Amino acid sequence: MRVSGPSISLNKVSRHYGKVRAVDSLSLEIAAGSLVALVGLSGSGKSTLLKMINRLVEPDSGAIRIGDEPVESIDPHILRRRIGYVFQNIGLFPHMTVARNIAIGLELAGENEARADRVAELLDLVELPQDMASRMPEQLSGGQQQRVGVARALATRPGLMLMDEPFGALDPVTRDNLTYQYKALHDKLGLTSIIVTHDMAEALYLADRILVMKDGQIKADATPADLLSGNVAEEAEALVAIPRAQAAHLIALSKLS
Amino acid sequence: MTGSWQQAFARVPELLAAHVQISVSALFLAMVISLPMAICAARSPKIATVVLTVASLIQTIPGLALLALFYPLLLGLSALVGGGISAFGFLPALLALTLYALLPILRNAVTGLSGVDPAAKEAADGLGMTSGQKLYYVEAPLAAPTIMAGIRTAAVWTIGAATLSTTVGQPSLGDLIFAGLQTQNWTLVLTGCLFSAALAISVDLLLGLIERGIRERRRILVVAGMAVIAAGLLIATLPLMIVRDNIVVIGAKNFSEQYILARLIGSRLEEAGYTVQYRDGLGSAIVFQALSASDVDVYVDYSGTIWTNQMQRNDMLPKAAMLDQIAQWTSANHGVKMLGALGFENTYAFAVRPEDARAKSLRTLDDLARVSSDFNFGTDVEFLERPEWQMVQVAYPIRFKHARSFSPTFMYPALASGEVDVISAFSSDGRIAANGFVILEDSKGAVPSYEAIMLLAPKRSSDDIFVAALNPLVSAITVENMRKANYMVDRQDDKKTPRQTARWLNDRLRE
Repeated sequence: MRVSGPSISLNKVSRHYGKVRAVDSLSLEIAAGSLVALVGLSGSGKSTLLKMINRLVEPDSGAIRIGDEPVESIDPHILRRRIGYVFQNIGLFPHMTVARNIAIGLELAGENEARADRVAELLDLVELPQDMASRMPEQLSGGQQQRVGVARALATRPGLMLMDEPFGALDPVTRDNLTYQYKALHDKLGLTSIIVTHDMAEALYLADRILVMKDGQIKADATPADLLSGNVAEEAEALVAIPRAQAAHLIALSKLS
Repeated sequence: MTGSWQQAFARVPELLAAHVQISVSALFLAMVISLPMAICAARSPKIATVVLTVASLIQTIPGLALLALFYPLLLGLSALVGGGISAFGFLPALLALTLYALLPILRNAVTGLSGVDPAAKEAADGLGMTSGQKLYYVEAPLAAPTIMAGIRTAAVWTIGAATLSTTVGQPSLGDLIFAGLQTQNWTLVLTGCLFSAALAISVDLLLGLIERGIRERRRILVVAGMAVIAAGLLIATLPLMIVRDNIVVIGAKNFSEQYILARLIGSRLEEAGYTVQYRDGLGSAIVFQALSASDVDVYVDYSGTIWTNQMQRNDMLPKAAMLDQIAQWTSANHGVKMLGALGFENTYAFAVRPEDARAKSLRTLDDLARVSSDFNFGTDVEFLERPEWQMVQVAYPIRFKHARSFSPTFMYPALASGEVDVISAFSSDGRIAANGFVILEDSKGAVPSYEAIMLLAPKRSSDDIFVAALNPLVSAITVENMRKANYMVDRQDDKKTPRQTARWLNDRLRE
């Protein structure tokens, strides 16, 4: 079951929308098997950066490599089939059963054997009951739907997972659950994961490396522990201050009672 | 069930088959054209604007006009490529109905495809679907109910509009409606309407069933709907499978006299061993071209119509000389044989009520000109645009107070009831004598002669059996008999069918 995720390398990558520099000459190395959180306010360029890796967005300049391969040397749809992609709006196909949604990547790849077994295995992996297989997406809760979304992304055994605010639209309890479970999955499968989020608390909890983006550039690049200890960058400090203040407030409240 | 219903119903299977054939062909062609266009349009708003605007413009053209427009278009095209394209019957009807069916299919398909949830499309891209796979797995299935609704609308429109294809010579249930309207045979009109409505409703229900099946993802409904449609299609088109050869097509314009004469010609040809088909309700311009192209084998026209419309002449000649020149011209320019004149004239004649004629001492068109500023003029739909009207206006200083167009059926009652004071009647019409109307004399000879003449298609001009069967009709019909015959069909009580009347007329041919 264990696969080993690839490393990622970006070299002076830029992408403009009109006069706006969404990503501005950005260079970055991500080690194989790491779980990286891309944090920043809306419009900081984090989604654009993520989507350039699976070529949903094409860079204006610069080079992106997955492992040793430049992404532009691979046909976009071939490239995307090797990468798991999960996003906030989930995008399950409403006219297909849960099982077919999960297996669609296998169907595209022409893998017809033991598809049902693989679906059963994936349902277990994302902790959904087996009888969900025959349901339609609309019969599922939001959290269940996103579990299907994750299962669908993992179906073709990708080494790299790109996740764009994956749990952003879910209620806090479900969200916390899924975050925790995904971290376990990441470790179990040996993936390389890049998760875009605007929630610093989630990033601090989940990632082993946090990148703070602003104006298309990386303003801070640190482990969660380093970020919390302060002394990193001003932009990061502003984001870390919020969970820190909330935690302090909660501690103060509990002492009062 | 009375005899008239039986007669009307007897014609239904064949016409229904033709109706189904033309509607299905047009709908299918429209789908083949508009679905790929909709896919392009859904991916580019610019293309969508252009395509939908053009389709909407087409929709604003009245169905009858669209059909009529294809006729000269195809003639021109045929001339351009050196002949071989038929501007008559199936092809013009197919093209016009196809254009008509484009808009609902296009509009719904574009709406359906561009309305697909962006999240589903992003997921499809993220999963590595190619553009074609995205269409097949995601966009098409999600847009299918909307697309199906568009096809359903188009199907109902097409079945309705197909009744109009009668006017360009394509048989359809419209044959019954048009013939019935002209001869005031309401049994025919009702039969035509009943069956085309029943066809439209059943197709609508079945396509609705398929649409529901797609929407609710119930395959059984889709399969059942399609199976019934396929079976219906097979049964409906069965009469077309019967191969017949040596079929003679007899053309007729859109009034009673033409229906009667067509049946008279048809019955004689049937006796001579030919299988006969009728194409009724054809426009003046269309029927002559159809004859030239041998799409119609024989029909009756009028010398003045050929003289002014086809030959573009406006000079006056004595009757005999005019007929000679027409015979030469049709033969030299179109290979059409003028078999001869039938012996009566059906010209434009100005008719007034007898009491007006007495009180205002109206006898000639000069007398009419004198009182014309007080008179309301009733006419058929084309007379005011015809050269004969220009000729009359040049010869006589007629200026009517007001002019109104009627279908011939309603023109005579309008004069009788005083709604109008003078009408452009047809001189062989039985309703003139029946109402006691007075015909005003064209003392200056402004209106050309309208001798009824029998015209044969090029391919029949040397068919001796054909010519022999019809030759006895030459100079054999008196205007009195033709008037009586017309009145038998046109009158309200004890109406006869054109076929019964043709039999009556056949017994009174002049030797």
